[in-house]
Amino acid sequence: MILALDIFEPYGFQFFRNGLIVATIAGALCGLLGVFVILRGMSYIGHGLSHAVFGGAAASAVMKINYFLGAGIWGVVSGLLIARVARRRVIGADAAIGVVTTASFALGLALMNRYGQASKSIEAVLFGSVLGVKVADIYAVTLVAILGLAVVVLGYRKLLFSTFDRDVAQVSNVRVSLVEAVLLAMISLTILVTMRVIGTLLISALLVIPAASARMTTNSFSRLLWVSPIIGAVTCFVGMNLSYHLDTSASATIILLDALVFVSVYGFAGVRNRTKMASLGHL
Amino acid sequence: MRQSILSKNGSPLIVCEHVSCTYGNAPVVNDVYLKINRGEFVGIVGPSGSGKTTLLKAIIGSQPVAHGSITIEPHLTIGYVPQVETVDWYFPVTVEEVVVMTRAKTKWWPRITLQERTEVREVLEKLGIADVANRHIRELSGGQQQRVFLARAMFCQPDILVLDEPTSGVDVRTRHEILHLLADLHQDGLTILLTTHDLNGLAAHLPRVICFKKTVIADGSPRDVLTPQVLEATYGAPMEVLEHGGMPLVVDHGRMTMRGEGK
Repeated sequence: MILALDIFEPYGFQFFRNGLIVATIAGALCGLLGVFVILRGMSYIGHGLSHAVFGGAAASAVMKINYFLGAGIWGVVSGLLIARVARRRVIGADAAIGVVTTASFALGLALMNRYGQASKSIEAVLFGSVLGVKVADIYAVTLVAILGLAVVVLGYRKLLFSTFDRDVAQVSNVRVSLVEAVLLAMISLTILVTMRVIGTLLISALLVIPAASARMTTNSFSRLLWVSPIIGAVTCFVGMNLSYHLDTSASATIILLDALVFVSVYGFAGVRNRTKMASLGHL
Repeated sequence: MRQSILSKNGSPLIVCEHVSCTYGNAPVVNDVYLKINRGEFVGIVGPSGSGKTTLLKAIIGSQPVAHGSITIEPHLTIGYVPQVETVDWYFPVTVEEVVVMTRAKTKWWPRITLQERTEVREVLEKLGIADVANRHIRELSGGQQQRVFLARAMFCQPDILVLDEPTSGVDVRTRHEILHLLADLHQDGLTILLTTHDLNGLAAHLPRVICFKKTVIADGSPRDVLTPQVLEATYGAPMEVLEHGGMPLVVDHGRMTMRGEGK
């Protein structure tokens, strides 16, 4: 009885309920887009984009513009900028990301140092804060999730083709650059609406770990697209609850839980493969 | 159907005029004049780094052309088969999913429809790999892997099949199978353009061979083109050409002398 009361205790708080909804939807959304992030080798782009969005968040705070508008425009522009610069093969995509996003991150830090109120807000942006979540965040994350789902369902074939085989997709008249731009914009938007809960520094993990864990469980692309969001949503939901009871940061708890899932699946997949190999050895 | 293809045989599908491509500032393809007619079976041979893949990519439109022009017959459907080495074999897709991919532009419905499934079976059956339709692409043999991508190219009912090094990294038996398969497709009226560095195993069997090193060194039947002069100009090393079973057989001259010295 005491245990049951304990479990439901945080639900009495409005901020926790809001944070839980945002985190769970964000987890599913990050899991969905994460499939493309890992298959395209874009983990570093996710990492970089979150840092770029941080710059936008700081700038919009200083200029007193709406966070979603300011950081959103900033994020989409950096996304397109990365896609553009990355096409220059001489520079290389990773270096392009390094330049664009760390500069943006540094600018954000400097702006917050100079004009920000206290180091408290920096910490909130870097590591996320459940306390700061408002009802508007719920609307924003739901909207982006619907948009993300629509993009993946309607663009499924084009996304799959251009992810698997860019050149041939282009030859088959798929507008590969457009597909990539849309994907990057979606990832930017996802980071934008997730950042307040998870924070800049750990958000890229949410884009990578659920998808990577899911990848080890299946060889089917379509199955990957629903297993990964489920892992993302469940770990976010459970992680949020745990963080309240353990009195740890929500984002850290969620990411640690994701890492735990990854390690378990990794170990299990390894055992399964070894069993498979051993059985083959008897042939 | 067959008649209509044959009646149009000989009309130019692809015409390259003074085509140059660059990588950074270095020219990789320089002033190429090339015409591919309907119904032809053409092989571009040259050493690695000679720019033959770049030329192929310029023709299919994935590599920008720095100078000159490439004229493609309007409404031409190109079926492109990439080098198997460039494919990510760990990517989570089945054979069926790979084959259906070329329909990404015209169809949005995520699931493979029943009609598509039937069409995929037909193409796979034609290429002799119908039994692997639901396998993951990594679970295939070298010959099957090549056929899957051939099937994908065939699925869009192309006018011309363009293949980049179709026999690189496969064993002798598979190479034979692929060669026969391509010969059959050509017999059925398909135009085929491929690149290869395999002179004896592939190029010597084709009706038309283009020796390529940044530009066209020679163009014609293997008998006319595979000569010591042309080969030295293409490969930058002396080679001897023998005759075997009525076909030219290229022997690496350097290796011959070494073997001779050993005696």
